[in-house]
Amino acid sequence: MNITIVKYNAGNTRSVLCALHRLGYEATVSDDPAVLCAADRVVFPGVGEASTAMEYLKKTHLDEVLVALKQPFLGICLGMQLMCSHSEENDTTCLGMFDVPVLKFPPDTGEKIPHMGWNTIETKDDPLFSGLSENRWCYFVHSYYVPLCEETIASTEYASVCFSASLHRDNFWGCQFHPEKSGSVGEQILKNFLEAL
Amino acid sequence: MLAKRIIPCLDIRDGRTVKGVNFVNLRDAGDAVELAEAYSRSGADELTFLDITATVENRGTFSSLVRRISDHIGIPFTVGGGIRTIEDVGILLDSGADKISINSQAVAKPSVIDSLALQYGSQCVVCAIDARRNPAFDKDGKEGWEVYVHGGRIPTGREVVSWAQEVYSRGCGEILLTSMEHDGTKGGFALDLTSRVSQSVGIPVIASGGAGVMEDFIDVFTTGKADAALAASIFHFHEIDIPELKIFLSQHGITMRNLQ
Repeated sequence: MNITIVKYNAGNTRSVLCALHRLGYEATVSDDPAVLCAADRVVFPGVGEASTAMEYLKKTHLDEVLVALKQPFLGICLGMQLMCSHSEENDTTCLGMFDVPVLKFPPDTGEKIPHMGWNTIETKDDPLFSGLSENRWCYFVHSYYVPLCEETIASTEYASVCFSASLHRDNFWGCQFHPEKSGSVGEQILKNFLEAL
Repeated sequence: MLAKRIIPCLDIRDGRTVKGVNFVNLRDAGDAVELAEAYSRSGADELTFLDITATVENRGTFSSLVRRISDHIGIPFTVGGGIRTIEDVGILLDSGADKISINSQAVAKPSVIDSLALQYGSQCVVCAIDARRNPAFDKDGKEGWEVYVHGGRIPTGREVVSWAQEVYSRGCGEILLTSMEHDGTKGGFALDLTSRVSQSVGIPVIASGGAGVMEDFIDVFTTGKADAALAASIFHFHEIDIPELKIFLSQHGITMRNLQ
């Protein structure tokens, strides 16, 4: 299987590469539109800041390439947020695969921001979650969140907000948590992305 | 509900895991990669890897070891020791670290925190604070603590709570607070200090130094208001096993990520 990780100036692609390697898959890292279009699976990881990432995607015209992809596509953390319509992080217009805005956690709940650590997810019926055990702890690190919406396939709760832990529309999936860092639960989710869609 | 985290710490010297008491008298605790993999499998929520001689010897952290460890674990991974520049951080993140921990360099040049947060995001910037009691900082009936750097060798004249607030305001995403008084003594965590630091910042605080028995972890998560607890020797030498500890803490009402 031809797996391509989107190369851009945000995200620790190595974590994703290692996680795929542990599952027995090798992936290439590329920003070449031809390579991305030819891939069987595209992973769009992300750690960093929204406006800087979008600036880079626009400059390299990857923004147009990514939204037009037809194969199963998985955005992780900032990657999922960049697939939404707009982010409150530095008032950034995003790619828009999901018609939902990205909001900042309310500052006055007394809870610490970022939402950092292991939290449980409530999942809907989706092939991304097939075969998961009841024990659904996933690792999150983020200061902005995607509210619940039509595309929500998993939710979680922090700082008095119930929000999207995962999104799905057509060939596009997103995870706010880091499957590549979520132990065996994350491994199963990545495996499903590669084998069950 | 967000779980409290249990974090084994691998203090590294020359590629081996070592552990001392009050930061000195180091003894060998095993191969770093093997330990990391075993912890990842047995339910550790995160790993911290500190190259404890890096600052002293004025060299960069071993990114190749970071690379080997990241190949073998599926949980978050923080790396510290000897980090001086934005480029150092870039190399470590590219090698598989999820977060980097800075200490001496943050004190020497606090603006490095702002730069790192801007470049890589607050979520990957951990400030390690090594604290030792100093009665000169006592105030309003509260015990004063001083920040130490260079592996606990050099006092800085900075008071711990105000330094914690400064690193928070500069964009640090998490604080790793070690009481040098408690480190390696197995007499319990510095509860009052941890609670004061945790309540004075809006970011998670990892308590470190002093874990001896399972009850110490209850105290640090309740009285100490810590978001995570870090320990080394009690885990490395199997005095406390992590799965057992997590079941114990769950039974005492503390939210834990349990594998079963």
